[in-house]
Amino acid sequence: MRRAIAGVAVALLAPAAFAHAFLERAEPRVGSTVAKAPDQVTLRFSEALEPAFSTVEVLDAAGKRVDRDDRKVDPANASVMRVSVPALAPGKYRVKWRALSADTHVTQGDFTFEVGR
Amino acid sequence: MKTSTRILLVAAACAAIPGAALAHGFAGKRFFPATLATDDPFVADELSLPTVARRNLAASDDGPAVQQSSASVDIAKRITPHFGVEVGASYLRLKSDERTVRGFDNLSAGAKYQFHMDEAHESIASVGVDWDIGNTGARRIGAETFSTVTPALFMGKGFGDLPDSVRFLKPLAVTGSVGVAMPTRRSTTPVDEDGNASVERHPDALKVGLAIEYSLPYLQSFVKDVGLSEPFSHMIPVVEFDLEKPFDRGGGSWTGTVNPGILWAGRYMQVGLEAVIPVNSATGGGKGVLLQLHFFLDDLFPRTLGRPLLP
Repeated sequence: MRRAIAGVAVALLAPAAFAHAFLERAEPRVGSTVAKAPDQVTLRFSEALEPAFSTVEVLDAAGKRVDRDDRKVDPANASVMRVSVPALAPGKYRVKWRALSADTHVTQGDFTFEVGR
Repeated sequence: MKTSTRILLVAAACAAIPGAALAHGFAGKRFFPATLATDDPFVADELSLPTVARRNLAASDDGPAVQQSSASVDIAKRITPHFGVEVGASYLRLKSDERTVRGFDNLSAGAKYQFHMDEAHESIASVGVDWDIGNTGARRIGAETFSTVTPALFMGKGFGDLPDSVRFLKPLAVTGSVGVAMPTRRSTTPVDEDGNASVERHPDALKVGLAIEYSLPYLQSFVKDVGLSEPFSHMIPVVEFDLEKPFDRGGGSWTGTVNPGILWAGRYMQVGLEAVIPVNSATGGGKGVLLQLHFFLDDLFPRTLGRPLLP
């Protein structure tokens, strides 16, 4: 009985394939100031994403899109999505994302990072 | 399966079940956790199993001081993406110096319609009605012989739309409810063990619930990655207020509890632990504790039990 309860608990608490995709980590990190301009923005989610319906874009302080529009979900790890950016001038940038997990749950969000002078 | 076929299936699924895209407690990027003592402002496919509570109740005209323990189950099911129903049951144990009695409390049923959701401002609102069904519980634990119907308004608001100058307040959110509990009988005349009858009046009561939350997942994902790791990165400190004010048939003063606690939200389930503290002497009794395991059925069973019955 105890083993059965433990098994159910582990199954529920452990990472699995289907659930809402939450942003676990980003590079540049959420709300950070980086000394060197990044050449890409990487988002790591809690779930695997559907590539065709998951998006990310990077906007400058004026709201103008500055990424290269080449977002890609990592074929080797479908919970990671990247988009490359040109040489970013010092300033504040906003990353907006929308993620569709494998079971059709949609999550969305945004955050800022800053490129230092 | 071909990639193109898979894409078409996903697109068809999204179009066919728009409610699945929102599911439990989301308004934009805000995730509202299920609160333990007060009702949520959203409809969902969720199961609370169990909610366990223990608290010492003060002696009153009705009886001696007792230690009340309860174990409850509640299930909420979406009929459409914005309309859902709920049923609940509680098993009570009342222990006094003299004796211990056990039994089921009255069953409860409810319905809720979510009429508002603003993603940008992280706001959500619903109207609903709760029905405490009289005569479905055990008389020995005090289950009422009459029903109580409580229509209510439910609201939730996240503060992610605050300016960046106060960005560390963005993870804050409040949920709340205002309702009127209306007993279906104005009074009853119970007869005690000695055969003496007395009249008990049952006033209508204003019921107010409020929960103030600070979401550490929101802080980490949308405001500032402060480097929290598990389990802290999925924790939501919360303070709930569960208050009641009888306002007719003799009325009475405000009573209720304030419940500070912690919620931990995982992929499929949420764990909540709260202290239960009386707000005033009129409430009476001592401190207690509230523990809940709460399952997100829309994540556990996204293609069956966890989706609305109707599109």
